Amino acid sequence: MSGDGPLVDVRSLEKRFQRGAEEIRVLDGLDLEVPPGDFLALMGPSGSGKSTLLNLIGGLDRPTAGRVSVGGRRIDQMPDRRLAAWRARHVGLVFQFYNLLPVLTAERNVELPLLLTRLSAKERARRVATALDVVGLADRQGHYPRQLSGGEQQRVGIARAIVTDPTLLLCDEPTGDLDRTASDGILELLGALNREHGKTVLMVTHDPHAAAQARRILHLDKGRLSTEPAP
Amino acid sequence: MKFAPLVWANLRRKKLRTLLTILSILVAFVLYGYLSAIRVAFNQGVEFAGLDRLVVRHKVSLIQPLPESYKARMEAVDGVELVALATWFGGVYQRPTNFFAQMPVEPEPFLEMFPEYRLSPEERRAWAETRTGAIVGEKLASRFGWEIGDRIPLQASIWPNKDGSDTWEFDIVGIYEGAEKGTDTTQFFFRHDYFHESRGVGSGLVGWYWLRVADPDRSAQIAARIDGMFANSSAETKTEPENAFIQGFANQVGNVGAILTGILAAVFFTILLVAGNTMAQAVRERTAELAALKAIGFTARGVLGLVLGESLLLAATGGALGLSLAWWLISRGDPTNGALPFFFFPADDLLLGVALVLFVGLAAGILPALQAGRLAIADALRR
Repeated sequence: MSGDGPLVDVRSLEKRFQRGAEEIRVLDGLDLEVPPGDFLALMGPSGSGKSTLLNLIGGLDRPTAGRVSVGGRRIDQMPDRRLAAWRARHVGLVFQFYNLLPVLTAERNVELPLLLTRLSAKERARRVATALDVVGLADRQGHYPRQLSGGEQQRVGIARAIVTDPTLLLCDEPTGDLDRTASDGILELLGALNREHGKTVLMVTHDPHAAAQARRILHLDKGRLSTEPAP
Repeated sequence: MKFAPLVWANLRRKKLRTLLTILSILVAFVLYGYLSAIRVAFNQGVEFAGLDRLVVRHKVSLIQPLPESYKARMEAVDGVELVALATWFGGVYQRPTNFFAQMPVEPEPFLEMFPEYRLSPEERRAWAETRTGAIVGEKLASRFGWEIGDRIPLQASIWPNKDGSDTWEFDIVGIYEGAEKGTDTTQFFFRHDYFHESRGVGSGLVGWYWLRVADPDRSAQIAARIDGMFANSSAETKTEPENAFIQGFANQVGNVGAILTGILAAVFFTILLVAGNTMAQAVRERTAELAALKAIGFTARGVLGLVLGESLLLAATGGALGLSLAWWLISRGDPTNGALPFFFFPADDLLLGVALVLFVGLAAGILPALQAGRLAIADALRR
């Protein structure tokens, strides 16, 4: 990704869902700019559309209207196959419930995005080792998810997200399933990835403590963004 | 290949379910192999029948005899090279369950008619010189432990002796080998002159004739000619190619091929349901994981390929084990201890089995794979 403008540029974004006869307007003409190197926390009440916005920026879902550009490319217009390839190359995703494959060891889980590349097995192994080292799990590479704590599983999830060296990290409630100690560790790690490795981080959270670790906080309510929480 | 560990790991996720599904597929393919061998046992004679051989039998039924005098008249027909006669003897060796075919024949024309029955010159000479001599196939000899020089008593069920007894005695003078894998070596042939002179009933009658024609393209014409010769007589004939005759003989049991095909179709339909259900469950349980794979960059086609690969590996494991086990069991011999004329797993059926493995794998996996490929990531991650 390159360009002098914002890394993420969202304009007039709308997302509506149909529930039976009722149309639910989740995002309503939303605009957002995220500069490269930012660490942005998106907060808001349940159902406010935080995860929906994250999914649209990550190309996991399609907007009803508006445009989403990441790194200067309109991802809302990309065909599915190109969008999948773009995600694999440019976006790292961190989920609340980790979404690790329980039948694979930590290193095999981290290797998954690299299977989509043309890298040799040796090069894949090298990158996996580096990613696990960055998240502090170099010594747990042969462990299965069930043999790891929640915090460790989320670290494996983060290693999987960064193993392809993406520019953008999208984290959906990354500490939502963790206790405070483990949460602090994960937030510290995300902060380090932002500060020391230059990753742009968008984090959805409802936890003010987690949001406080970000450089910027935006509040989403009734489909619109503001810098102040809704009254 | 780099995705193979992922596919294999997914199969090991529910070890018991995978094992049971593999066992179901294995059993189906053992059954397939076994039934293929049984089908061959009933039909292989048809495939190995000579193209230049016709069979002349009674028009009403195979069990109705024909006059022996027909032989000379058929030999005079233009295009007929050779005529050999035979009769169904239907004797019992020791007990009725020891079934095998026994036929009185004329050695010279018979051996000329069937060059696939191989005898040494010494055995041929011995048969010509021994009135009570009989030749037996190597499989039959092996079944009962017979050797040349053994005297074999058979209890007649159709043809009593002139002296009123039912016991016929034969001296084994030769053990014939088959020229090809499919040659029937379970039969017992003895001399027609001995049979003709010793039988108490049916003098001057034979069961059927084999004809060898010079030009197989003229078979239909010659058959019509012969049947025309004996039309409106007391013993009208039906002349047909040898393979049709053997097929008719086999069909006395029933249409074995159709029965076995029906059984196999039911078995494979059930296996498809079992394997398909396994794959559908596997996909349902992993909705979030599959969505995560798509989220990190796997395309719909990639996820579809993973699920299909899993289904194929499942079918291939069960199928390969099943076909191998079937091969091994069949190679140990037929379950009737030699009563079946042929019992082997034909290469064509083995290849068809491999194709069936692929079909089961693809058919069982295609719907769950399509379902996985079509997962909407955002929806699936919310579940």
